[in-house]
Amino acid sequence: MRSVFYTGWSRIYAKGRPWILLSPALILVLFLFLGGLGFGIAESLNYMPRIGLTEPNLDAYRAIFADVGFYRSLFLTLHVAITPTILSVALALAFGLVLRQSFRGKQFFTFMFSFNLPIPHVVGAIGILMLFSQSGFFARIGHALGWMDAPSDFPILVNDAWAIGIIIEYVWKETPFIGVIVLAILQSIGEDYEAVAQTLGANRWQRFRYVLLPLVLPGVLIVSVAVMAFFFGDFVIPTILGQTYPAVLAVEAVKDYTHYDLRNHPIGVAQALVIAVIGTVLVFVYMWLNRKFIRSDG
Amino acid sequence: MDKRKIGLGRVVRWFALFMIIIWVVAPFVPLWLWSFSLRWRFPAFLPEAWSTRAWLYLLKPSSGVLDATIDSMVIAVVVTVVSVAIAIPAGRSLGLYQFKGKRVMEFLILAPTIIPGLASVFGVHGLFLRYHLANTYTGVILVHLISSVTYATMVMWGVFSNYNPEFEEQGRVLGANPIRNFRYVTWPAIFPGIVVAALFSFLLSWYQYLLTLIIGGGKVQTLAMLLFNFARSGDRPVAGAVSIIFMIPALIVLFVTSKYLTGENAAVSGLGGGR
Repeated sequence: MRSVFYTGWSRIYAKGRPWILLSPALILVLFLFLGGLGFGIAESLNYMPRIGLTEPNLDAYRAIFADVGFYRSLFLTLHVAITPTILSVALALAFGLVLRQSFRGKQFFTFMFSFNLPIPHVVGAIGILMLFSQSGFFARIGHALGWMDAPSDFPILVNDAWAIGIIIEYVWKETPFIGVIVLAILQSIGEDYEAVAQTLGANRWQRFRYVLLPLVLPGVLIVSVAVMAFFFGDFVIPTILGQTYPAVLAVEAVKDYTHYDLRNHPIGVAQALVIAVIGTVLVFVYMWLNRKFIRSDG
Repeated sequence: MDKRKIGLGRVVRWFALFMIIIWVVAPFVPLWLWSFSLRWRFPAFLPEAWSTRAWLYLLKPSSGVLDATIDSMVIAVVVTVVSVAIAIPAGRSLGLYQFKGKRVMEFLILAPTIIPGLASVFGVHGLFLRYHLANTYTGVILVHLISSVTYATMVMWGVFSNYNPEFEEQGRVLGANPIRNFRYVTWPAIFPGIVVAALFSFLLSWYQYLLTLIIGGGKVQTLAMLLFNFARSGDRPVAGAVSIIFMIPALIVLFVTSKYLTGENAAVSGLGGGR
């Protein structure tokens, strides 16, 4: 619009301005992110001219897909990504519905609810470990109440086969995060739509399912996708709270990449890329399912 | 019948509020108790003997906690300054201009938020080995910048989407040079966004473990790396004490966001914050 008034160099400058402003960020993403991705793809294909490997092949991928352990890890990773996402969204909706009501101390409880947003996952994991391990805080409460005698009487909730410890930590950390978004959306919607639905004869459940949910879900979708993508690629929490074998894909990939035998190196890189591809597909499937659910009538 | 319904709603609400308190308090109670305990065997509900051993251990140079804290701080501050400096023009570009190829650029800038850092970090390590950036502070700072710049740009993008550049025009008409114009017109308008972007970048770097491990190769010891090792070592008093130190920036963020920013911004700063 304004560029009409410019001539010569200043016109080029005006046209190129958004690109000039964007260039530092772009250079960083191109070199480090895409560059790293590209270099990783070459490595995963055993293409490393520096050490004399000039014939790319699919050996690393063949090794991964032929390994039964990979599928067990994949199953575990999907479980660890999907289950806590669904639980967090459900709990966040419930807490959001409670916190949007008006009651005494609302501000205090809303603040408390958002308290752990900036707290790091790793600290949550250490806390969960101290609470839920077989000799942890809850086991001691159980003992004090006379429910159990020895640590072995307490259920195995940490470093367990069903990743319960990991799921507890994820739900603990991300429910308030999704909940704060739910609350913000609910407050911006107001209660007019529900009032209209009520006069039209909608009951409590119908008002929730057909009025509130379709209005809240698109916003929830965006944050829960980010949360799920994080769960899918996380390394730290599964290492602290997960079992040793099978471990989630991220842990297996790091194990292979940092293995002293360099032949495992391309397998680690290939696994990281498989995680990225499956994680991205998962995100799109999740978004597609949600859209379908929002539009459907029953 | 109506009365009974209200009663039930109240019970549900009080249960939910009670849960919120448990939710927030529970994981931190054993952290504090363990950090001050000398002996705390199984059935004991509270520590049998108290001690400040873990806290004194943190102050010893041999524990490495002081050095790691300084390293974490320096890395995070550099990452924050660079991220914000890159994110301000990038956010302005995406928020204020329409140009060809913008959609592709948006996708590129946002890609690191969906594709896990794990996917690119091995390749980055390969590249850094080549250019002698692996096992160095510079390399660690560069790899931290990927996610920090992405999130900071997202914040500034949002800020500039609601920004009116005509105020700058007025500043120019009134005779302000570009520097003064930025200082007295643009900066005050975007400052709250800059605070959020900076907090965001700082926490992302402060909390980063995996990228530091791979790129730093054990040569760069940040507090996050040390905490992870303590968490796995089984020394619960020290793990508890380091956890509490590690949370201090988060508490500062909580204070700043609750004081100066609205709830929604606080939520945004939590998005990348806790990773």
